[in-house]
Amino acid sequence: MVSEIRDERVRSVSRLSRLLSRPELGAAAGTVLVFVFFAITAGSTGLFSAKGIVNFLEVSAQLGILAAPVALLMIAGEFDLSVGSMIGFAGILIAIPAVFWGWPIWLSLLFTFAVCGGIGALNGLAVVRTGLPSFIVTLGSLFMLRGLTLGLTRGISGRTQVSGVHELAQNDPLNSLFSGQVFTGLIAWLSDLGLIGKRADGMPSISGIPVSIVWWIALTLACTWLLTRSRFGNWIFAAGGEANAARNLGVPVARTKITLFVMTALAAALFAAVQVLVTGSADTLRGTQKEFEAIIAVVIGGTLLTGGYGSAIGAMFGALIFGVVQMGIFYTGIDTDWFKLFMGAMMVIAVLFNSYVRNRAMRSR
Amino acid sequence: MSAVSPSSASDAIIACNGLSKHFGGVRAFTDVAFQARRGEVTAVIGDNGAGKSTLIRCLVGVHMPDAGSIVFDGREHPFSNPDGARKAGIETVHQNLALIDELTVAQNLFLNRELVRRIGPFAFLDRKAMKREARSMLSRLSINVPSINQRVRRLSGGQRQAISICRAVGSGAKLVVMDEPTAALGVQETANVEALIRRLREQSVSVILVSHNFDQVRRLSDQIWVMRAGKMAATVRASETSGNELVALVTGAA
Repeated sequence: MVSEIRDERVRSVSRLSRLLSRPELGAAAGTVLVFVFFAITAGSTGLFSAKGIVNFLEVSAQLGILAAPVALLMIAGEFDLSVGSMIGFAGILIAIPAVFWGWPIWLSLLFTFAVCGGIGALNGLAVVRTGLPSFIVTLGSLFMLRGLTLGLTRGISGRTQVSGVHELAQNDPLNSLFSGQVFTGLIAWLSDLGLIGKRADGMPSISGIPVSIVWWIALTLACTWLLTRSRFGNWIFAAGGEANAARNLGVPVARTKITLFVMTALAAALFAAVQVLVTGSADTLRGTQKEFEAIIAVVIGGTLLTGGYGSAIGAMFGALIFGVVQMGIFYTGIDTDWFKLFMGAMMVIAVLFNSYVRNRAMRSR
Repeated sequence: MSAVSPSSASDAIIACNGLSKHFGGVRAFTDVAFQARRGEVTAVIGDNGAGKSTLIRCLVGVHMPDAGSIVFDGREHPFSNPDGARKAGIETVHQNLALIDELTVAQNLFLNRELVRRIGPFAFLDRKAMKREARSMLSRLSINVPSINQRVRRLSGGQRQAISICRAVGSGAKLVVMDEPTAALGVQETANVEALIRRLREQSVSVILVSHNFDQVRRLSDQIWVMRAGKMAATVRASETSGNELVALVTGAA
């Protein structure tokens, strides 16, 4: 260690073993497996037609929007179990002011993002101030937010659903940010080239790419950039890896964690904005169990539950697997009741695979 | 010799006088005078419970002393927390809790003082510059690690300690405080870390070393301060003392 050799004693690490120690590896392999599986069992059913692809990507995108920031939070060593309830709450926050109080959609959207961000900050503050496990704190928020959502909605509207957002949103400046299609010209052109099938009436089978898919990819890239190319990313790994060491070195651990809680809350609000504007309604039960689906996607993506290790790209693969399996089961005609059994098993297998590969990669170097 | 001589503080990197710290009814230490000279390795020894660690924690801003003054680098001690001490130029090498396993050697060396390139509103990590700097920091202290891209998790205890020390020195610290830097290390690794501390001394870095190992203290340090039961019992030049004398001073048999 202290010899006078100036050059590093590079024990050459092969590309392969470096690849094997990437957190995303298991999820990438799983994605390939799942695609192969459904290509064989559902290849002829239209799952991989343009329409089918957009269908499963849309499912993946909604979950992926949540999973990317949840991955960052989990790498920092914390959970946010409140994102599912936050989706329901945010949906109501968008719909009620617009439908009952006559607010323009853009204003209720801004209002919703502000309130949700504030609640995220409260979650984070509660965790870092009390020192309680975030699992407990956000389990509390999970129930409180759901109760608040139900109470407010029924108190104001007398029902548990608020519809009629479509008509109000039609000419809103922010509407197209969260609903609707992009790349419609490109799709029409590809269709004219014969690369995308046409419907009986001569229109392309899909009119464009749902904007939520763009959000998903953009958020994943942004989170990956944050994690690997910014100071904040180092702080995330430090906070989740060795919080005490990080504090000793002056890393703002508390601020890092609070920021991440705000990010997961904002992602839930974004999820709700997409959902409300696409479906035109809000429902007090929206987002139920999404917190667990997000954790499944993140864990399949190779992030450790204990923090300090993981990736946002992995979470994207996790969400992709989720979407493909959900739609694949639908297309193959298997009773969709089996979906949850499949996903649960998938997660356990993925974690076993990840930890096996990780241990091997560690030892082989 | 066994009396603590008050000093002319001009050559002291850090000096304190009349320092006391109590925790409730428990006196950690009372009326302690201590100083470390610029460019020297100053050791603090004493039995468990003698007050060494608390004294050190007061010096680096973890605890606020109840009474007394601390002068660092010619100025009255201005810090009430470790961050303030760090900014003033006191770096602490903690026994274990100093590195992040899943970050690489280079990332650890630059944790919380990352080099960035600004492009518009975005601050990109300048990874090339950090790797280059990390290499030169390590080679300046002749620290050899398999690769600066290696995750710290895979390094030995001695290598980790070397990186912690390198990190402390690399920030341009005027004083590096090490609390039992070799307590958890094997024989060979201890020798390596000791060699590193000697190199720090050659480069005129001021070091305060807390240790239980009297032989190590005599090998490495210039001045030795002995604490006993919350008092500063004695101070001796390392070159003029023996292991037996140190034992006697620590136990109070002198």
